[in-house]
Amino acid sequence: MAMRMLRNQEDAEDALQETFLQVYRGLRGFEGRSTFSTWLFRLATNVCLMKIRQKGTEPAQLLPLEEYLPQHEEGVHPQIQEWPEKPEEVLLNKESREKMLEALGKLPADYRAVFILRDVEGFSNAEAGEALGISVAAVKSRLHRARLTLRGMLAGYFQRKEI
Amino acid sequence: MKCKDMLDKLSEYLDGDLDPKLCQELERHMEDCNPCLVFVNSLKKTITLYKYASSEPLPKEVHLRLHDYLKKKCRD
Repeated sequence: MAMRMLRNQEDAEDALQETFLQVYRGLRGFEGRSTFSTWLFRLATNVCLMKIRQKGTEPAQLLPLEEYLPQHEEGVHPQIQEWPEKPEEVLLNKESREKMLEALGKLPADYRAVFILRDVEGFSNAEAGEALGISVAAVKSRLHRARLTLRGMLAGYFQRKEI
Repeated sequence: MKCKDMLDKLSEYLDGDLDPKLCQELERHMEDCNPCLVFVNSLKKTITLYKYASSEPLPKEVHLRLHDYLKKKCRD
């Protein structure tokens, strides 16, 4: 998760160490109100977000989502091409994986964190909200925008690609 | 349902959280609108690709450095 959030091995390793130090120090205070993994990811996410803010490398908060959506005009539907049929072949391709990581890194950190917790780590909306300290409605809204933006950022690449 | 209205509902649709009536409307729309069907499929693939993109396993030396770091910090 830290690598996906920070995209830098050194920063990710620092975040890992800081997270586990916080786990060690906070373990006695852990009351079991959430699952251990939600608590662990909450700490890890906060450490990563803090690092991103400290470095000042966070992309703009507002996603220019409209740029990544099909532009509908009255009576005219934009052309949308099929993507490759076999996801597993895409994942074996180093260039594709780098494109995916690059796109993820362009999301604002708050959106990236929601997407990683929900769609990569498999948290529910409620668990992701708990880990990030935001409402379920906010999780859903950020997740929707993150997904559409990632699809839009990758569309140009995958539509051209023939596998 | 118009194409633009569909976009707002897609995440709920893919997560199975959409009201059944709206779900039917959306599916009827896709039967008649191939570009929307292609769009939904590509959104689904985006999610699948990230879900199954395996992360690199933690290198052994990172494990060792984490162990040393915690040992030192917890002694302090």
